[in-house]
Formats: sequence, C-alpha cells, structure tokens
Amino acid sequence: MSIPADLKYTKDHEWLKLLDGDEAIIGITDFAQNSLGDITFVEVPEVGDSFDAGESFGVVESVKAASDLYMPVDAEVLEVNEALEDSPESVNSSPYEDGWIMKIKVKDAASLEALLDAAAYEEIAKD
Amino acid sequence: MSDAKRTPLYDFNVAHGGRMVDFAGWEMPVQYTSIVDEHKATRAAAGLFDVSHMGEATVEGAGAEAFLNYVLTNDVSGMDDGKALYSLMCRPDGGVVDDLLVYRKAAGSYLLCLNASNVDKDLAWLAKEAAAFDVNLEDVSDSFGLIALQGPKAFEILAELSAADLSGLGYYRFVEGEVAGVPCLVSRTGYTGEVGVELFVPADRTAELAEALLAVGTPKGLMLAGLGARDSLRLEAGYSLYGHEIDDAVGPVEANLMWTVSLKKEGDFIGKAAILAKKAAGPDRKVIFFKTGGRRIARPGTDIVAGGEKVGTVVSGTFSPILNEAIGSALVKAAVAKSDELAVDLRGKAYPIERTRPPFLPLNPQA
Repeated sequence: MSIPADLKYTKDHEWLKLLDGDEAIIGITDFAQNSLGDITFVEVPEVGDSFDAGESFGVVESVKAASDLYMPVDAEVLEVNEALEDSPESVNSSPYEDGWIMKIKVKDAASLEALLDAAAYEEIAKD
Repeated sequence: MSDAKRTPLYDFNVAHGGRMVDFAGWEMPVQYTSIVDEHKATRAAAGLFDVSHMGEATVEGAGAEAFLNYVLTNDVSGMDDGKALYSLMCRPDGGVVDDLLVYRKAAGSYLLCLNASNVDKDLAWLAKEAAAFDVNLEDVSDSFGLIALQGPKAFEILAELSAADLSGLGYYRFVEGEVAGVPCLVSRTGYTGEVGVELFVPADRTAELAEALLAVGTPKGLMLAGLGARDSLRLEAGYSLYGHEIDDAVGPVEANLMWTVSLKKEGDFIGKAAILAKKAAGPDRKVIFFKTGGRRIARPGTDIVAGGEKVGTVVSGTFSPILNEAIGSALVKAAVAKSDELAVDLRGKAYPIERTRPPFLPLNPQA
C-alpha cells in the first residue's frame, strides 16, 4: 500500500498535496481505493463552491458501496478532474496522480495543521 | 466472522487473494482482484467461482416424484435421468420459500441445490411436507463442494482435464464423471448467462479440482471470480436472486417467473390456488429491470418515483462493466410497471430510468 511521504492525510482517507501559494490538490488514498474496490462514479461539486473542513463535498461510488468525500480543510473549489467522468477507474489505478479529484484554494492555512503526516496516517490505514 | 462457516475452498480462496466477507453465514470471497475484471473475464474467457456455500439435499424413495411435484411449482414428472430443472418452492400464499435446481439422478432419486441463506428453512419446510409421502430427505450440504466454471472457454478448459467428451452435454443436463481425476457431477447450468458448468465435488477433493481448473484456465484468460462478479453477472443476465426479485412476499406472478410454474401438471401443489387467484386478479406489484443511463448505482432500497410520488423500490442494483452503466431491478406498483416516466431518487434527485427487458446483453448460455 502506497502512502507518499510528501502528502498530507485525513482520518477519512483523503490526501492533500500543497502546491505553490494557497492551492492544493486532493484525492483519496491508495488504502481507500483498495477498500472500495472498482470505482464507477465520482461526484464532485461545482468550481467556485466553498466548503468547511470536514464537510461532505461529494461521493465516490464503487460496485460495492458509496462513500462520502469530506473536505480536508476550509476550501474553495478551483478545478475538478473532469477526466474522472469517463474514467473513474483512474482513482483505482493511480490514486495519487491521474486519479486526483479536485484542486482547491486553502482558505485558512492554520487548518492544515490538523492534517496527518504520512507516518501518522499509516497508523490509521493499517489493515 | 468467527462463527461463519468455511467452504472446502476456504484455504484456496485465501491463498489466491480472496477478499473474504460474511455472506449468509459463510466466509466467502467477494472478489480476488477486481469485480469488474472478474466480470469481464467471465464474459470474454472464463470465471471460476466457489459456490460451495449452496446447500444440497437428496430426495429419495418411491414417493419422491409425487412429493417434489407437490412442494415445487415446476413439473418434475417429465424429467428423465440426467435432467436438471429450475423451480420455485412456494408457500400456500404464493410467496416463495426458495428457488432451486432439481437434478434427477434416477427414478426416485433426486438432488436439490438450494440457496445458502435458505438451507435450514428449506430443509425444515421439506421435512414437514415429506411426512405425508414415501420419501427420504437428507441434507448432504457438507458432503459437497460446488465450483462454477462459466464463460465461452469453459468447455475448452474442461476438455483438457476430462477423458470423456463433455462438449455435447445439453443445457440443463448433467453427467457423473471425472474432471482432473476427481469424481464429480458435471451440470450444464449456471448463473451468469454464459456457457458453462457447475461441478458438484466431494468436499475433500474440491480444492484439488479448483487448482487444476485454475492451472489450465489461467493461460486461456480464466480468472477466479467472487460473489461480487457473480451478482453483477446474474443481474446482467436478468436472473432472479432470492431476497431481491423474489422472497416470501414476492412470488412468480410479480417476478415474471410463471414459466417456472406448471399449471398443467397433475394434482395440487403448494401455492397453486393463491398463484392462480393472483394471476386472475392481477398482482399489485411487478418486478421490472432498468438501466439508468449513468454510472451512479441505484442500490437496493432506493425509491422509484413517478410524478413526484414513490411508486416502488429498487431490489437489485449494480454497475454493468459491459454496458458501462448502472443497471438494476425494482418492485413497482403494477399500474406503473409499463410506464416510461419512472425515475430513481438518488440523494434527493430524480434520475430517469429506462425499462429494459432482460437480459441486458445478448447472451446465449445454451450455445
């Protein structure tokens, strides 16, 4: 199971990658995609929508189950990965690269402090 | 999961990466790799399924035929040796106790294959009714492993492991023989809509046979397939699953299964009067199959709506890896069963559905 060291994580099995400035990319972890199995659908919000940390912003569905997605930090949606509409299976095959879900603007840098580092997340994601 | 039962293939399943879940009191593999990949492999080449959780019972004696014709809706009197038959076992009110396969081994000697979730209920039901007949009923579930080998390459794989030519075996017929040196009952039946067989194997030799089939099949594209693919394959084929399209309150009139009910056979059978009355009056509800046109699965329990009103409930829902869209079945008010204005309510939003006559794909398991 892959848990890249340069990413931040949540207990809800999402990852966040800080970009320059106040922008970040988010997605679900390798552990999450593996638990869900074949992903068939990802529902994402509209660009420009805002969410509080911990708020549900979308759904990822697999053949087996539907699972809510929770915003890791207070954020505004800057861009969504439109390729997932036709190829949601990218979340399975490439959860940290092609299977990214959204680009966000982090509204409050302090909220990043609550995120987990790779070592802390690994403790949660143990089978 | 500690109390769950294990099939003779439990170690085989774990060794081959099966993701084990509790199903009907059994530890079963929901998938080995990917439900979608296992589904596609079964349609394109072959899938190998552990279905040893299914129950088996023997019915023997001079009264066996009369007994089965009384407890089952279909007519066993026309069966010859080596014939398999699908039937419902109904309640007096026309609801379903279980759906099952009957195998006629010889006159007065039958094998039943029962749903895992219903084995105890079925045997109690059968035992109660058997008292009035000259018949011996025995639960032989623990004696058998059951392997399903399904897909267009199934007979090519079998041919490499069997001295006898099984390719001529007719649909819904079976023979007792040997595959990979393991004695088994080879039944030309299945639950995927594909060509294939189900193999009833002595429990202690089931793993040996599974390994042999896997070794020969893998280079031909065979994959181990779990309960996840089994469900998506059967739904694409439009086959009913007990607890979904049929149950103790939803019978053959509602579920379009009147072809399994012989109204012409001699004598009475349990449920006959109720089924006839319901057929004459028309059922309150009907089972329909549908496509959503989208990727979002309408899962069991989802409301079916028409004109803002709830008119039914989804009973099965999955993603069709072949059609690349969500498919399902629902129990709806009979008055709207032919409506083209139905929708599923997913998270408060109505998505139109397209009624579909199953199977969802052109399938020919008899080919």
